[in-house]
Amino acid sequence: MSSITKIFSPTIGRKVLMALTGLFLCVFLCEHLYGNLLLYYNDHGHQFELYTHILTRTLLIRIVEYVLFGSFIIHMIDALMLTINNKKARPIGYAMQKSSENSSWYSRNMGLTGSIILFFLIVHLRTFFFPHRFLGDTGSMFAEVVEAFKNPLYSGFYILSVIILGLHLNHGAQSAFHTLGLSNKSYAPIIKLCGTVFALIITLGFASVPVAFYFEFLK
Amino acid sequence: MSDTINLTLKIWRQKDASSPGKFETFKLDGVSTHMSFLEMMDVLNEKLIKENKEPIAFDHDCREGICGMCSMYINGRAHGPLKGTTTCQLHMRHFHDGQTITIEPWRAKGFPVIKDLVVDRNAFEIIMQAGGFVSVNTGSPADANAILIPNPIAEEAMDGAACIGCGACVATCKNASAMLFVSAKVSQLALLPQGQVERAERVMNMVKAMDEAGFGNCTNTGACEAECPKEVSVSHIARLNREYLMANLKNR
Repeated sequence: MSSITKIFSPTIGRKVLMALTGLFLCVFLCEHLYGNLLLYYNDHGHQFELYTHILTRTLLIRIVEYVLFGSFIIHMIDALMLTINNKKARPIGYAMQKSSENSSWYSRNMGLTGSIILFFLIVHLRTFFFPHRFLGDTGSMFAEVVEAFKNPLYSGFYILSVIILGLHLNHGAQSAFHTLGLSNKSYAPIIKLCGTVFALIITLGFASVPVAFYFEFLK
Repeated sequence: MSDTINLTLKIWRQKDASSPGKFETFKLDGVSTHMSFLEMMDVLNEKLIKENKEPIAFDHDCREGICGMCSMYINGRAHGPLKGTTTCQLHMRHFHDGQTITIEPWRAKGFPVIKDLVVDRNAFEIIMQAGGFVSVNTGSPADANAILIPNPIAEEAMDGAACIGCGACVATCKNASAMLFVSAKVSQLALLPQGQVERAERVMNMVKAMDEAGFGNCTNTGACEAECPKEVSVSHIARLNREYLMANLKNR
């Protein structure tokens, strides 16, 4: 145990924890997106329902679900601890600071984008996950998706949230590789590009579903 | 373009480390655009001395961009608006007539203000003492080129060694993190054969000293690289992270 605390207690160790949990959450996003894209079979949710059934009935998925919750919680608590530490590192701020001259907005505001994603996550889980998982709702998940996206306010909020998620990923994914030391001068531009492409795929993939419902491409 | 400009200077004044500071505004007319920023400060101080006022304390030494002393946060940028320069190499031609220039000291817990624009950068020395060296046997000088080093590695090590320890990375980082400085120092020695003996121990000790000095954490915004007068690359930070993890794996 002491060797583990030795690795994870200093600042770099805590950053590594951020990176590892972040990358695991990225893997989850891919899996989630795969599920959502099944709606494009346009078969009144037959494939989609099949997929949710398999998810809820597989023991391994149930176990991974707890790892996922754990990752979310560690990612958030660790971020909070690091942010507090960072604020302490500059007790008196500058009267004038032109940060936009040397860094991107999304790289400086991971805490803000992360908090918005957390808010979205709570609403999102309340809509789809909790009723099924904990409240004994056995209705059709597809019907609930159709119902939710009928509301343009919810759809708008959903699309805005996945755009914010994209900004978070655009910095986070490549930053995770950097923190794990898996980058150098020649790989860095490729890793950055891959991070941006990944963020675009996630954002466009998720956002396309409510848009497709709105234009009645999906029924 | 006129060769002289008139400026309004908003400068941080602080009596000593324990006193609270405040901004003071000065008018300075007829500033030659050929002057360096520090020469402009000299002119202001001469004026203040003639008026029987306390001159502004600021750090400077070589005035040729290699000592890293001239720590000034000028108009919201470390060492002013120019890329890859220290304050002494910034010239007044980059400012315009009638401009207001805000000058602040580095702001970081690890760099306490001593007086006006002067900060104590001793934290960097403490980090260096923790491992930023190689141990060698004393005796007659070793032959040059007795240890062969491939050119690309020597170049990469030199890029890290170019760090002058000015603290612009800490000053500009939103988290006041010293990762670029520490990574440059760890990197330069980790790359060279002479640095191998203490390689794992060095990175562990320097990171520990960095944390103890109260610097923040790196969030990979890349602001440090953009403001570094020697343009030290953030790829050194990736190497530092790698060295740190490898050292943990090797040691235990």
